[in-house]
Amino acid sequence: MSVLTSERPSGERHGEPGKRGRRGAPALALAILTGAAARLWLIVLLTAGWEVGTRIAKDPFFPPPSTILRVMHEIWFSGPVSQLLLTDKAIDDFRPSFINLFGGWSLAAAGGVLLGIVIGRSRAVGEILDPLLQFGRSIPPPTLIPFFIVILDLGTPMQVTTIAFGVVWPVLLNTIDGVRTVDSLQLQTARVFDITGAQRLRRIILPAAAPKIFAGLRVSLGFALILMVISELIGSTTGIGAHLINSQQSLELPEMWAGIVLLGLLGCLFNAIFVLVERRLLSWHRGARRLDS
Amino acid sequence: MLEVENLTHAYGDAPPVIVGIDLEVKPGELVSIVGPSGCGKSTLLRCVAGLQSPTGGRVLLDGKPVDKVPGNLAVVFQDYSRSLFPWMSVRDNVALPLRRRGLGRAERREASGKALESVGLADAGAKYPWQLSGGMQQRVAIARALAYRPEFLIMDEPFGSVDAQTREDLEDLLLRVRGDSGMTILLVTHDIDESVYVGHRVIVLSRSPGRVRADLPVGLPSARDQITTRERPEFVHLRAEVGRLVRGHETPADPAS
Repeated sequence: MSVLTSERPSGERHGEPGKRGRRGAPALALAILTGAAARLWLIVLLTAGWEVGTRIAKDPFFPPPSTILRVMHEIWFSGPVSQLLLTDKAIDDFRPSFINLFGGWSLAAAGGVLLGIVIGRSRAVGEILDPLLQFGRSIPPPTLIPFFIVILDLGTPMQVTTIAFGVVWPVLLNTIDGVRTVDSLQLQTARVFDITGAQRLRRIILPAAAPKIFAGLRVSLGFALILMVISELIGSTTGIGAHLINSQQSLELPEMWAGIVLLGLLGCLFNAIFVLVERRLLSWHRGARRLDS
Repeated sequence: MLEVENLTHAYGDAPPVIVGIDLEVKPGELVSIVGPSGCGKSTLLRCVAGLQSPTGGRVLLDGKPVDKVPGNLAVVFQDYSRSLFPWMSVRDNVALPLRRRGLGRAERREASGKALESVGLADAGAKYPWQLSGGMQQRVAIARALAYRPEFLIMDEPFGSVDAQTREDLEDLLLRVRGDSGMTILLVTHDIDESVYVGHRVIVLSRSPGRVRADLPVGLPSARDQITTRERPEFVHLRAEVGRLVRGHETPADPAS
């Protein structure tokens, strides 16, 4: 929903610079600047306040944001151009984290969609499995980390399993729902024109369920980042989570803060990329919905 | 072509919605079915199309009982916005059923292009259905049915959701299809004028439970025109008779006798 509601104003914004563009480049630049200013002024203000406050307080537990950014740059983003400015430490930290994150999320996505189709298409299977699904989704995923550590030992398999198990639920439940609630007239149309089996699944059921499946995938991606950090905090010597623990233990507070800010930025970045992809793939859905209302 | 024998249907334990319907449609005929709302028109169509198994009686198409949707049958639904797939372009919507006809990519494209051209939408193929007006969307649904090349076409209040002008255009399109394709067509409508204007025969159903109340031949020449046909005495007389039957008066009131 939020994707849809946030879309309309941004669509209008796209129109504005185009109109002003005819009046010349300076006007366009001004329009972009005022547009950015309208959206970002609060963040700028808060950051400035944070900077001033922490400088006055001089509390080692609360380094100023300028220090945090400097440390972030130093430890992760001051590498050679051939490594896209990433330092060796950045590669050491990010690689295992991203492998965990996207490995677990991809497994959850594939498993959730496949299982969701099977369960959603069969009322009998759905009814049998429903209590089990309700129980499974109710288990807070981090509680399983100790168990996964026992059977899988520390390391990537344990983390990927934790993430996959924890984030599969939104995908699975949304896929079941999406597959189950395909418009009856669309299914009747398929029957009339003898569109059956794999064709029906691929051309009708999956596209019809896609908006719900994508909503589930997006929620899962957010969960996956959380579980990635938790699993690295508890049972890992590598990754961004492990960096947090290490800098905490060696009382390097700016380094620890750098990790926190980095994770926030990564969350925003992944979500933005996901929304872009979703908008591209589901443009028909937004278009149809916009004309409906 | 189509024979309906003693067709009866009830949903669950509820009283039947249609009772003892007998109906015969000859090849190439366009039969309109009218009736008051709730007379089971749509149930009748769903049983004929094989979308619903009736609780009594039977439906024969070309002498064979209909137990699933026959391969030589297409349906145009009233609700075009739900019956067209919004994730496919207009062209793909029309071409999708042709996969099952064993046509290759190029042939499908050609057939869908031709069908769209025949409904006056030659340039709309790359658009999405929701980018078109209601009348145009229903044209796409008709084009999809035409491209499928059925022998028997069922239309369930196909022009019920469009404005009056568009409706007349679509009625004339239907008459053209009737003339060009030789398809047998069963059209359900709640519009009395329309039932007479496009039909060879008009079947009037009674209020619930639906029964066949009258089966009236339309004695109009096959070439029809929105203005001149509607002012002919036969048209005026027949639409009045259908109107009385739909509203429930047994005999036409005739002050002269």
